[in-house]
Amino acid sequence: MTAIPMEHGLLLAAVLFMLGLIGLLVRRNIIFMLLSIEVMLNAAGLAFVVAGARWAQAEGQIMFMFILAMAAAEVAVGLALVLLMYRKFKTLDSDQVSRMRG
Amino acid sequence: MLSLLWLVPAIPYFSFAILAVFGKRMPKSVSGLLGVGSVGISAVISVLIGIQFISSPPEGDLFLQRLWTWIGVGNFQPEIAFHLDALSLLMMLVVTIVGFLIHLYSWEFMEDDEGFSRFFAYMNLFVGSMLTLVLANNLVLLYLGWEGVGLCSYLLIGFWYKDSYNGAAARKAFITTRVGDTAMAIGLFLLFWNLGSLDIQEVMSSASMQWGTGSGIALAVALLLLGGAVGKSAQLPLQVWLPDAMAGPSPVSALIHAATMVTAGVYLIARTHVIFDLAPIAQAAVAIVGAATLLIAGFSALKQHDIKRVLAYSTISQIGYMFLALGVGAYSAAMFHFMTHAFFKALLFLGAGALIMCLHHEHNMFKMGGMRKQLPLTFWTFLIGSGALAAVPLITAGFYSKDLILWRAWTSDSGSPILWLAGIVGAFITAVYTFRMVFVTFFGESKMQADRKPGVRISVPLVALAILALIGGFIEMPHTLGHFAPFSKFMHSVLPEVHAGQYSISAELLFQIIAVVITLSGILIAYIFYYRKPELSANVAKSGIGTVLGRFFYSGWGFDWLYYTFLVGPFVWIARVNKKDIIDFIYTIIAMICQIFNFIFRQTQTGRVRSYAAGIAFGAIVIIAIVMFT
Repeated sequence: MTAIPMEHGLLLAAVLFMLGLIGLLVRRNIIFMLLSIEVMLNAAGLAFVVAGARWAQAEGQIMFMFILAMAAAEVAVGLALVLLMYRKFKTLDSDQVSRMRG
Repeated sequence: MLSLLWLVPAIPYFSFAILAVFGKRMPKSVSGLLGVGSVGISAVISVLIGIQFISSPPEGDLFLQRLWTWIGVGNFQPEIAFHLDALSLLMMLVVTIVGFLIHLYSWEFMEDDEGFSRFFAYMNLFVGSMLTLVLANNLVLLYLGWEGVGLCSYLLIGFWYKDSYNGAAARKAFITTRVGDTAMAIGLFLLFWNLGSLDIQEVMSSASMQWGTGSGIALAVALLLLGGAVGKSAQLPLQVWLPDAMAGPSPVSALIHAATMVTAGVYLIARTHVIFDLAPIAQAAVAIVGAATLLIAGFSALKQHDIKRVLAYSTISQIGYMFLALGVGAYSAAMFHFMTHAFFKALLFLGAGALIMCLHHEHNMFKMGGMRKQLPLTFWTFLIGSGALAAVPLITAGFYSKDLILWRAWTSDSGSPILWLAGIVGAFITAVYTFRMVFVTFFGESKMQADRKPGVRISVPLVALAILALIGGFIEMPHTLGHFAPFSKFMHSVLPEVHAGQYSISAELLFQIIAVVITLSGILIAYIFYYRKPELSANVAKSGIGTVLGRFFYSGWGFDWLYYTFLVGPFVWIARVNKKDIIDFIYTIIAMICQIFNFIFRQTQTGRVRSYAAGIAFGAIVIIAIVMFT
């Protein structure tokens, strides 16, 4: 089995990250924005894993475990907020919820 | 016994603290007993210390009691420490003894006043501060006492604060003396900057070693210290506050504005005489200030009709004599006059206070008249005080001290005939205005009816001070009277002897005869003009030049007008013009710039999550770009 070159892995991570970022910026539905964040988090995780494989170190995969745990916590809190937001404003459009305007 | 020294200032402070906190809830008898008793105990301790100090002098004629280090910053280590030598012992005795008599007098004088315990709290604070001032071993502690007495002076002049005139007088006194105090503070900074210490003994010894005679720095320091002394002692050109300070109760005038606080300037110069010896110009300035002040104030006293204002101008004039003596290097003569002046001027103020109290708070002496029969005790004690003030020969203390100053004004190496002439003219005027006051107040027809007689607590201080005003001079007899001079001998352990050539006894006798003739002729003129033929003085006052001069003297040579026109007026004008405050404009601009930026950056706060996310992404790109391409 030939090793996948690191550049490919990193390129994939970058593409995933950009997709996530673009999704975050263009979507107005808050649930899709959360999904995009998940994509970006996974892109970052992939970059860690690739780097770990390149130097044959376990830290890359350990970092990914951390990221997973964090993402799970973030989704729990995020979805709770989304629920509250929906109850209060009867909408999922994040642009509608701009009462924090300075 | 000497180790009890710290108690002397501590007891009045302690009593002040109690009176300040619990005074309102105390019955008057308790607060009176506390206020008078604390100063009384201080006086007893001072006398015991004095007896021990004189009978078995400590090593080097000096006792130093270190309590603790007050401030410790690098090599700046002022201590709370008391320094007892002949000079501070004299000051301490006068402050506590005269202070005690005046407190006793106030007990009755202020009995019906609603602020009775407040009055004694302030008075005790004053005595404590004054003792701190005279006993301090370093100039910082001295300055603390100096400001403390200034504060008490302010509080007590404005004691009857419900009348806004009294408040204005108190502010005037405080602000005018502040001018001098600032000069003095700068002088102290200069001293510390140059010599690295403010301990009086250290400063004096290192100043005489490091600075040459006539050096610029000695001159600067001496002039700045003189500025402080001039402010506190109401000398030219800062004398304007003292006549107005008479707004306070009479015991306050006696204690603060005659006997003790106003002589703090004399004490300061005597204490730092080494610096003045190094600066002959500053010393000459002291003498000239003294001579000019004694004449100006003497002439002003001639035309006053408020009995307390006469005494106020006379105080300024007598302190002028002390400055004259300091200026010609006759330090012990100045301290001698300080002591006798404390006795007789306190007596005069207390006598005037008794008159005012018995005559329904009437201050105008031309409305009194004939009080000799109605208030005999007040009359006799007041007469003794006036005699001492006018320097009636042989029997009064004032004669010996003033004669010594006049003699030194001519014979001292730094003296001159002009200074003597000023002094002798001043002596003549003093006799005239003093006996004008006596004749107008106590002789002639009674124009008012005294509604009460002074009680025991007023009479005892009057009699005691009258005795002191008579016998106080016998501890320093001139050569013509056997030269019995334990006072100056005692003082010379601290203060240098006057530098003077040898003069024969007959020359001294001649000077004394001149002084006696001048004094007696002054009294005679007052007798003719204000008792025998009052129409004469009325005619003089009505004539053209008489009116002009009279108004001029009445206003104290127009100094108030001068200061009002050239200082107060422009200041008020600037304040009015600059109501919007030009300096404040700068800060307004700074505030406006902040507001503009606030407006700009507020636009970025859209409240939209997506625009924030875009901002973060953009920022991250920029930072990565910076990291990669630089």
